[in-house]
Amino acid sequence: MASERVVVVGGGLAGLAASMRLAEAGVSVDLISMVPVKRSHSVCAQGGINSVNTATRELGDSEYLHLDDTVYGGAFLQHQPPVKEMCDWGPRIIDLMDRLGVAFNRTNEGNRDQRRFGGTMYKRTAFAGATTGQQLLYALDEQCRRWEVDGLIRKHEYWEFLGPILDDNGVCRGVVAQDMFRMDIRAFPADAVVMANGGCGLIYGRSTMSLICTGGAAGRCFKAGVKYANGEFIQVHPTAVPGTDKLRLMSESARGEGGRVWVPKKPHDDRDPMSIPEGERYYFLEERYPKYGNLVPRDIATREIFDVCVNQKLSVEQDRLCVYLDLTHLPSSTHKKLEGILAIYEKFQATDPRVKPMKIFPAVHYSMGGLWCDYEKNEQTGGLVLGSPRNHQSNVPGLFVIGEADYQYHGGNRLGANSLLSCIFTGMIVAPSVESYMAALRTRASDMPTSMFDQEQARHKTHCDALISGNGDENPYHIHDELGDSMTRNVTVVRYNKNIEQTLAKIDELDERYKRIRLSDKGNWTNQNLSFSRALGDMLVLARVIARGAMQRDECRGAHYKPDFAITAPDADDPATLRQQAIKWCDAFQASNDQWLKSTVCGYRPDGDHEFGYEEVDTSLVPARPRTYGLKGAEIIEEVWNERMKKKSTESAADTQAVANA
Amino acid sequence: MSKKINVTVKRQDEQNSGSRWEKFSLDYESGMNVTTLLQRIAANPVTVDAGESTPVAYDACCLEEVCGACSMIINGRVRQACSALVDNLLQDRPDQITLEPMTKFPVVRDLLVDRSFMFNGLKKVRAWVPVDGYFDRGPGPKMSPHQQEDQYPLTECMTCGCCVEACPQINDRSSFIGPHAISQAILFNEHPVGQFEEGERMKAITGVGGIGDCGNAQNCVKVCPKNIPLTRSIAKAGKMATKFVFRNFFGT
Ligand SMILES: Cc1cc2nc3c(=O)[nH]c(=O)nc-3n(C[C@H](O)[C@H](O)[C@H](O)COP(=O)(O)OP(=O)(O)OC[C@H]3O[C@@H](n4cnc5c(N)ncnc54)[C@H](O)[C@@H]3O)c2cc1C
Ligand code: SF4
Ligand code: SF4
Ligand code: FES
Repeated sequence: MASERVVVVGGGLAGLAASMRLAEAGVSVDLISMVPVKRSHSVCAQGGINSVNTATRELGDSEYLHLDDTVYGGAFLQHQPPVKEMCDWGPRIIDLMDRLGVAFNRTNEGNRDQRRFGGTMYKRTAFAGATTGQQLLYALDEQCRRWEVDGLIRKHEYWEFLGPILDDNGVCRGVVAQDMFRMDIRAFPADAVVMANGGCGLIYGRSTMSLICTGGAAGRCFKAGVKYANGEFIQVHPTAVPGTDKLRLMSESARGEGGRVWVPKKPHDDRDPMSIPEGERYYFLEERYPKYGNLVPRDIATREIFDVCVNQKLSVEQDRLCVYLDLTHLPSSTHKKLEGILAIYEKFQATDPRVKPMKIFPAVHYSMGGLWCDYEKNEQTGGLVLGSPRNHQSNVPGLFVIGEADYQYHGGNRLGANSLLSCIFTGMIVAPSVESYMAALRTRASDMPTSMFDQEQARHKTHCDALISGNGDENPYHIHDELGDSMTRNVTVVRYNKNIEQTLAKIDELDERYKRIRLSDKGNWTNQNLSFSRALGDMLVLARVIARGAMQRDECRGAHYKPDFAITAPDADDPATLRQQAIKWCDAFQASNDQWLKSTVCGYRPDGDHEFGYEEVDTSLVPARPRTYGLKGAEIIEEVWNERMKKKSTESAADTQAVANA
Repeated sequence: MSKKINVTVKRQDEQNSGSRWEKFSLDYESGMNVTTLLQRIAANPVTVDAGESTPVAYDACCLEEVCGACSMIINGRVRQACSALVDNLLQDRPDQITLEPMTKFPVVRDLLVDRSFMFNGLKKVRAWVPVDGYFDRGPGPKMSPHQQEDQYPLTECMTCGCCVEACPQINDRSSFIGPHAISQAILFNEHPVGQFEEGERMKAITGVGGIGDCGNAQNCVKVCPKNIPLTRSIAKAGKMATKFVFRNFFGT
């Protein structure tokens, strides 16, 4: 029997974790990546990685509470079994990364130190300075290099994935990829394919993401039949620094370590911020959310910053929207822990954030949605059946999805420092799933006729030639700018249907213009123009999935916020009226959940009129509840809701009793 | 009329073809960096004298000086393009900005070079912790904050190649593995578990192309964008090498 081969597309945290686990199991891996894997986008992650730990446990923390924070933060839009499994694995994953040599910060006793991140009351986040992603990525990169020397992993760096190869039965049998230097196009037969291609922020033009985060690979899978889920859930991070080429993130760890967000009470106060007295500063997050303060989850912090700048017109600057993120009061030992990000600010803004508050504004940061994939629930534990071939397999047999490219773990809004965890976790658990899948396969890729691979290779070659020879009058870079502008304006923090409609019309227009693009490089050697232009086509496809998904979802959930469908908060002074309002609020909340607590699942149609369906969400472990985060004035909502739940559970206990008695 | 910036780029079409200079004139915008200039050229690749050209090939990814991709020679100095701010460059030299590929690596095209040499060096020095496996074995070794502070700067090496570019000992005639690889060898030699393979690493460090080739010119440490204490690593490697050779010689 020919030995099993797996193709892994992407060498970020997810792809590397999967590759090394597969290699450990003796499976040969072809690891394909557009950039040397050590330069993958995961390297940018700054703040840290979450898990329950001995210190939080002492304060009452548990894996269950990590699950609870994650689904509450995600507005209950994620299936809970995979999330539970991830939280259970958290401590083990940090231990493993520790063994692999990650330079986690230490306490005096030599234990790992932890900081607090948004959306939780516990210090769950392990970190290595402010370059945690880099450290984690390198540790996995080193292990994969070890397997490379042993011959089990073959790396194909500077190779671009062009599409999966499906046989006549729709089973994935490998991929087609292109050498980005020589431009050769080649088929890679495989018994299973693992997509670990990361996020798609470039659809928004500038974001906090790296240049490779185009969503190109995801778009290509989608066009080949893989479903795309919850595309409309795009995280906008509250604190980034605008730049001409990129919006550079200022990690949540800045607030986790005590950073405070504020604006002067006097609009556009032009005094030196350090000379503005405490009493004339508006610490709006702390005032509105006394419990979580600056560490409310990202969707909330982002909306509050928007509200302060746009509606209350309190932006620090008159002609540019921004608020202060202030670290000047922190001791130098804390500055040291944040060195990585402070250096970025200093380098790119030429201002020292240790002595002057930073000026920041929200930016597109993460896609909670992604390629659809399955899981198998363990009825006993509530988590996953480990090794089930269903875990992370998409609707295309043999094609698995992990990391930011999947949609399973973060629901309507991701908590900070949960992504690195989900990436490594999914890489670890997909390996046994792939093994089980391959063990049950009756025919292997090596049994397939070579003509099938040749045909796919030729098809991509033709497509590529057509792009190169196109002689229209449209510039792909301009189309990209216009797409980014329209998406950023209408499909980010605050969404109105009439604006989303404008963006959909814009996408129609850009689609037409895309057909007439002309590449300024028509050569056949290291043609980066070709790679970008091809990805642009895929960005347009995914942009439509995101915008249509947003259009159809008439509610507010996590990062998806439509004022026209927001439930009015109780505000009466008179207690009785207030209570009535809260009752109404809870009714509306219940109704909205009944209608919308479900995932968008979208299937490709070549005419662009994609099929939108919805999938029930498994909330069997933590029932959905109002997401107030202790907002001042919203206590009454929680009170009413809790009474309701209590009543419900007494009733259902009584029912059970009645059934038993009958 | 808006202010213009003159950008001169050394271009090379293919691996073995000759090179030529091309001049571009771009609109100034405040806060630009060199990668933005290259993006603007890509969107409109028109040279000052010869008219329509092609986008300049270059390597870049993170745009915040952490991935190591975008090293090139900017106004004669090797550095990261993404953190090279145009305002600062213009202060030093108002008339133009010059971009060239690094010279110690084979050029693939234009500013894009092939750095596989560096990744191979990491294989030679076995830059990893030789763990038994990826199953659950509890936490890693305890470490003092002090040890972590020693280790952390070395872990930040992004294989960008600036040090290799600056090192006089790296040239066509030498097989020197380079400062970055030596520094990584030290990182793992000093790790409580990594040190179990110290012997293997020291074979590479003391062999052909190892530490003996370093002329201690200290150019490397001056150009490292991450301020990695390379000379400290090199000094440590020298000491370890002496001990290692001595031990091997006497068979103890
Ligand atoms: C600035 C920033 C800071 C962050 N900080 C944190 C943090 O502190 N904590 C946290 O939990 N999360 C953080 N995140 C999120 C987290 O970093 C990412 O979600 C995560 O790293 C994604 O990892 P990944 O393995 O899925 O993909 P990536 O690391 O994005 O890797 C994708 C891989 O796919 C490859 N690829 C893509 N397309 C193709 C193609 N067509 N052909 C071949 N290869 C392809 C790429 O080459 C790359 O190797 C941060 C994100 C950003 C932007
Ligand atoms: S100190 Fe050694 S490695 Fe560094 S530049 Fe000099 S010769 Fe090269
Ligand atoms: S040591 Fe410094 S200059 Fe050399 S590759 Fe590493 S980061 Fe770059
Ligand atoms: S683009 Fe990553 S270091 Fe410059």
